[in-house]
Amino acid sequence: MFRNTYDSDNTVFSPQGRLHQVEYALEAVKQGSAAVGLRSKTHAILLALKRSSGELASYQQKMFRIDDHVGIAIAGLTSDARVLSNFMRQQAMGSKMVFNRPVPVNRLVSAIADKAQVNTQEYGRRPYGVGFLVVGLDHTGPHLYEFSPSGTSFEYFAVSIGARSQSAKTYLEKHFESFADCDLEDLIRHGLHALRETLQQDKELTINNTAIGIVGPAGVHEGTGTSVDFRILEGPPIEVYLQTMQLKEVPPPTAPTPAAASASASAPAAPPPAAGDEDVQMSE
Amino acid sequence: MTSIGTGYDLSASTYSPDGRIFQVEYANKAVDNSGTAIGLRVKDGVVLAVEKLVHSKLLVPGANRRIQTIDRHIGLASSGLLADGRHLSNRARDEAASYRDNYNEPAPLKALADRLGLYVQVYTLYSSVRPFGCSTILGGIDKDGPSIYVIEPSGVFYGYNGAAVGKGRQLAKTELEKLKLSELTTREAVFEAARIIHLVHDDAKEKEFELELSWIGDETNGRHVPVPQDLFEEADRKAKEALENFE
Amino acid sequence: MDHFPTNWGRPKYDNFDTSATYPLHNRGQNQSTTSGATQHTQQPIVTGTSVLAIKFKDGIMIAADTLASYGSLARFKGVQRLHPVGDYTVVGASGDMSDFQYLQHILDGLVISEETTAQDGHTLGPAEIHEYLSQVMYARRSKMNPLWNSLLVGGVKDGQRFLAYVDLLGVTYSASTLATGYGAYIAQPLLRKAVEGRENTLTEPEARAILENALRVLFYRDARSINQYQIATITANGAEISASLKLETSWGFAEGIRGYGAQTQ
Repeated sequence: MFRNTYDSDNTVFSPQGRLHQVEYALEAVKQGSAAVGLRSKTHAILLALKRSSGELASYQQKMFRIDDHVGIAIAGLTSDARVLSNFMRQQAMGSKMVFNRPVPVNRLVSAIADKAQVNTQEYGRRPYGVGFLVVGLDHTGPHLYEFSPSGTSFEYFAVSIGARSQSAKTYLEKHFESFADCDLEDLIRHGLHALRETLQQDKELTINNTAIGIVGPAGVHEGTGTSVDFRILEGPPIEVYLQTMQLKEVPPPTAPTPAAASASASAPAAPPPAAGDEDVQMSE
Repeated sequence: MTSIGTGYDLSASTYSPDGRIFQVEYANKAVDNSGTAIGLRVKDGVVLAVEKLVHSKLLVPGANRRIQTIDRHIGLASSGLLADGRHLSNRARDEAASYRDNYNEPAPLKALADRLGLYVQVYTLYSSVRPFGCSTILGGIDKDGPSIYVIEPSGVFYGYNGAAVGKGRQLAKTELEKLKLSELTTREAVFEAARIIHLVHDDAKEKEFELELSWIGDETNGRHVPVPQDLFEEADRKAKEALENFE
Repeated sequence: MDHFPTNWGRPKYDNFDTSATYPLHNRGQNQSTTSGATQHTQQPIVTGTSVLAIKFKDGIMIAADTLASYGSLARFKGVQRLHPVGDYTVVGASGDMSDFQYLQHILDGLVISEETTAQDGHTLGPAEIHEYLSQVMYARRSKMNPLWNSLLVGGVKDGQRFLAYVDLLGVTYSASTLATGYGAYIAQPLLRKAVEGRENTLTEPEARAILENALRVLFYRDARSINQYQIATITANGAEISASLKLETSWGFAEGIRGYGAQTQ
């Protein structure tokens, strides 16, 4: 295959003024399974689709707690994410130690963005191959940010990253204006609906392949002792949220009824996916 | 383009036979492809304005600012690679703080532009780095009054009365030249800046955009701050009206 | 040739990489070029005496006289020992005045960088400033090179009053009345008696009167004090530091003291 000369090195601009290595790093983010983030007036939440490399393997970790008031969901290279999340934890601890103040979320995100920029400008490095969604609660309320390997960060009402995240985005764009006044349960339901859009036709969200991260006051399904701090819900606790989902409008031809599929989600009813299938069963 | 395939355009540390450094020229391309930023130096202050191209309607309006504050009296607007612009503004803050630390007074704009110019130039010397893909407008008021400087990817910097960088710079420059900048007040300049940004934005080709305005003048006590909401809205509205009359 | 541009030199500025954005292991090393012996502070030189502070209904009030002594010499009579930090906080200092000037410099730089880096609505309040100062003071004492001060930090932010102490050892504590130096012995009992239990009812003039009275007693008893002072008032409306004021004193009682009045043998 023809490759142009301007893409093997991150210290080289193409004649159009583009940085191909950075653009390829953005592709690495799209290889990871999807993550979705949403924000209301009171909450900011994350939802992510976890992959497993096989029947005998556990599901990947998609969410990390950074500090009491901040959490992230990742898409892309997990090892890069661990480096960056470690850095974020250090920043958060630094703020606590020096000022006794929870680090403002925007500054935390800017810090990793600035760190990532350096990797796009110097020889002997590569841009990070991971994108983050960052949620946090600080003095100025709940926030949702996207961080990307190009060294930029943006604040969103709602956003998605990772494989087939465009489908989720389409859902979010249709509904985001109502998110501000949603309670936590509605917000999660919207998030699950958006996340579902990134699934392949025959796949469903289950308690095993879904993770939910929340900052903000406890919802009705959470224990009364729950504080506003970031928490990650996985496994049985998310069953109650999955049940609130409405059936997806399925295009009339092909597709089996999703209701039947979900009933036997854990049983290996379907044959293993084809080799070209790069979703749920793929390892990172 | 004559440069492509010659092999002289793969590194900032390589001249072409006719004495050009193509990597720096390519860096300028990154600037030419992105949202316009302008700066106006008027009789009692400075106004900065940016055409912030919005890639998604899910973005929170008003967040994600592109005009940065470097020191109390200095603002910075950049066009080009966003992350490079942030890198440079962080450096500018370090330099301004360093100046304060050493001399116990606010940095003169020219001194800051000079230091930034040197920093940017270093990135045009080696194959181990790439030049900055951004042009930067530095605006502020120091003891010699208001001034504006533009630092280009080559590291060169010039002072301006009216400056424009980015995609719509040609049209913006034409508009700036029509103004009597030395007679305008800062408040009047806010309206002109808004009008120019709206004018240069190409509705047909471009995504949505968000206008961003900041100013420094007597009305702000010599501080660089975003234009207050009511004035912003008035300027934005008038700019849209002017545009309709223009067409 | 070192090909990593961030090693090519940074501005000489202590705070330049506060966010540790430059992760490479060999980065940002400020190679010290000093040689020979190093010296550590072992005593203060030009000093300020007590600082007093109390809580009152609407906020915090801090007072200090304006004398900077050189040993027992009343060397500088018009030195301001109260320093505003941002919009919500005032720091009052006793102890070494050059160390205090250094702290003012650090705090001013900190406030500007907070203001400019983000413009995101997050600002440092008195609690954050106090925590920061305590870290600075403790770090310096751990290098056996303390900043020779006792500081009072007071302010109001988000409707919360804050008043706390930090000194050259990094010791911190908080109370509704605080005093440093000689004032900790002479003024503190007076302040406690006047303020404790009345923090939420004392009016501004009452609070002012309490501090003035304590300052007057200090002027009578503290040989390193002077009868000129300033008072900082921090309320929800911000911080205000008064001009230099004069204490009214009466020395009639001293006429009979041997060595002061006419000699009586």
